Amino acid sequence: MSTAQQIITVAAVVAATVLTRALPFIIFPEGRKPPKFISWLAGVLPFAVIGMLVVYCLRSAVFSDLHALPELMAIAFTAGLHLWRKNTLLSIAGGTVFYMFLVQQVF
Amino acid sequence: MTGTKTAAFKAALPHTLPICAGFLFLGMSYGFLMKSSGFATVWTFFMSTLIFAGSMEFLTISLLLSSFNPLYCFLLTLMVNARHLFYGIAMLDKYRGTGWKKFYLIFGMCDESFTINCTAQVPEGVDRTWFMFFVTLLNQIYWVSGAVLGSLAGNVLTFNTEGLDFVMTALFAVMFINQWRESKDHRPALLGLGASLICLFIFGQDIFIVPSMAVIVIIFYVMMKLEERRKA
Repeated sequence: MSTAQQIITVAAVVAATVLTRALPFIIFPEGRKPPKFISWLAGVLPFAVIGMLVVYCLRSAVFSDLHALPELMAIAFTAGLHLWRKNTLLSIAGGTVFYMFLVQQVF
Repeated sequence: MTGTKTAAFKAALPHTLPICAGFLFLGMSYGFLMKSSGFATVWTFFMSTLIFAGSMEFLTISLLLSSFNPLYCFLLTLMVNARHLFYGIAMLDKYRGTGWKKFYLIFGMCDESFTINCTAQVPEGVDRTWFMFFVTLLNQIYWVSGAVLGSLAGNVLTFNTEGLDFVMTALFAVMFINQWRESKDHRPALLGLGASLICLFIFGQDIFIVPSMAVIVIIFYVMMKLEERRKA
């Protein structure tokens, strides 16, 4: 690829990324009432999307030799810590350190 | 900075700290990979700033090293980043009336900034727009800094970093629990988790997000219709 072709390639990726982020705002601009289903979707999607993101993070681990066992153990640890202390930063840090311990020392 | 901005910045900063750790580390591995693939730091800077979608930036390296096909790159990116469409719909209300900042909030809406802006309880008296603006900006600064650092210095972390990327998974898991506690109806959360898990096994890790989104939209539509019928 020439430099110009490389720039065009990056521009195509940028354009598509911006499009996926901006499209709902372009289709349903401020001041115009979105269709009922979209308003309804806007209320429930935040809950569904975070669950989808958790699965997205595990997408390759699930098919590994360990079948996401360390990930699931660390998620359980993170969840336990979070239910116990209710401190977001502590739960994320604790869960990550626990996961690092698992993949470095145990598995 | 004025008082409004300072207050918003101070409120936003702690929310972004887990992302700081994760993005510096992941950004560094990206910059390092760019360097070893033969790209100068200026490329790393512009790609991490302009694309600003982690998995797609890694993919773009291999796109740049194969034959020239911009249409394919465009369509591949649409598929990989399709999940952003959901973020946009979820944020239609929250980003409403944010003025010029809206352009940046949308441009910088990566998984992590979306998750924080969507779930964080902005403290009383703090300007919500500036809060979301700083969350987005700080996260992007972490990512670009990590990438440039990785490109310039290679992997500067001397301790064993294996598994550090779990910080993102932990973030989403904690946000999932926070949302769970705040809502009475757990069906949307279970649907997101369940539908994408089933689609992952059926369609495989490369393309499962798009079918998951379709399943989620269809089931939500049926749920809305059933609810309407019950009320009627």
